[in-house]
Amino acid sequence: MDVSIVGYGMTAVGEHWSRGIGELAEEAGQLALEDAGLGQVDALYIGNAYGGTFNGQTQLGSLIANQLNLDGIEAYTCEAGDASGGVALRTGYLAVASGAVKTALVLGVEKATDMVGPARVASRGVSLDADFESVNGATLAAMAGLLMRRYMYEYGLELSHFEGFSINAHRNGARNPQAMYRNRLRAGAFAKAPMIAAPVSLFDSAPDADGAAAVVLAATDVAADLVPRPVAILGSATATDSLTLQDRHNPLQLRAVKTSTDRALEQAGLSLSDIHVLELHDAFTVLTALSLEAMGVSQAGEGWQWARDGGLGIALDGDLPISTFGGLKSRGNPSGATGVYQAAEAALQLRGEAGDNQVRGAKQALAQNIGGLGATAVTHILSVSPE
Amino acid sequence: MFGRVYSSTLVQEAPEGFVGQAPYRLALIRLEDGSLITAQLTDVDADIEIGDKVEMVTRKLTTDGERGMIVYGYKFRPLIK
Repeated sequence: MDVSIVGYGMTAVGEHWSRGIGELAEEAGQLALEDAGLGQVDALYIGNAYGGTFNGQTQLGSLIANQLNLDGIEAYTCEAGDASGGVALRTGYLAVASGAVKTALVLGVEKATDMVGPARVASRGVSLDADFESVNGATLAAMAGLLMRRYMYEYGLELSHFEGFSINAHRNGARNPQAMYRNRLRAGAFAKAPMIAAPVSLFDSAPDADGAAAVVLAATDVAADLVPRPVAILGSATATDSLTLQDRHNPLQLRAVKTSTDRALEQAGLSLSDIHVLELHDAFTVLTALSLEAMGVSQAGEGWQWARDGGLGIALDGDLPISTFGGLKSRGNPSGATGVYQAAEAALQLRGEAGDNQVRGAKQALAQNIGGLGATAVTHILSVSPE
Repeated sequence: MFGRVYSSTLVQEAPEGFVGQAPYRLALIRLEDGSLITAQLTDVDADIEIGDKVEMVTRKLTTDGERGMIVYGYKFRPLIK
């Protein structure tokens, strides 16, 4: 059975000191259900990565179902680190595609600010390998730093070669009222930013954030009766690579990204040239460069070239618009919710409702969510039929 | 055990348990048998480059508070060139 997105909802991304995980989820879930015109769904799939470590809270399925007055329905968390939102969408897709449920609410939520400083850094580290990485003091940013330094070494690059990715993200995020950091990034500021895990700096790395996003899924044959502009999910694929970087034959090759991209495109019957909007997992600039290479957009060692000229080629009016609402870098990275934000933003683009962030004529979008440094990759291809 | 630095980073934003050591160098080391291993670099005086030769040593990794367990493990130190 074909599956469509018939509703979306998002909270602003940022520091929601006064609101709990259930309240954030409630806002996004209700907005999505209202958008779909539904009071009830058959199942609720939660994307959440760090409820257990940030908030001391698991069993979010029950908690959030209750908060949304969906008492009694099937509801549980899907987890794959920062790809949790993506795998929740994949789970919802499978459930509707199989016919097991007719409608599903996919809801990503993260509440990071219950922790600050070293406690939060350690809590996020649970998505790395405990025995071989975290035990040595590794962090997500440190593992990204290892990738970036090697990438710069192999291809003779400087910090400034990456700045266009962050400039583009902030240029788009500045137009998005939901984004966490709406400041623009001046050319030259990137290479002078304070280091977190050299060569990864503050302006290279996406900020931890609170937020919730939701999409409602329904079988495509009933979707057109529910809403005027359903967004079809033409391709859906998840793939994994080794959890550690050390177990990869070549750490600069993101195999899960390649596999999930290839599978999703094949299912959709599309090629990369058919994609008008790319929501990538730009948690670190090197991850964007390596993703573009793994997907086949660029040759090995050339992904960074899309950052040239302040990222003009990936701007809203560029050849390949990326991070159209600010991406993880500017919109913010509410870990387990990020994959659902990406899907909701892509749906907005395809419905022509992206406002100041609209990519003109966008008909097909690809949203890709990554856990860790490419250990899990989830790719979805979305499309609207012409009006 | 010997190897060469495949890549390294300087961790400034450390997780709990490692704050006292920050900033510290974390590296991927290519061992002589071709495998990669994640470890901290220790006893580094000057800067360390990709390709530099290193050897494994046993060191304290972290402690679980003042009275808690001490975790020992491997780190790598530069060989004199």
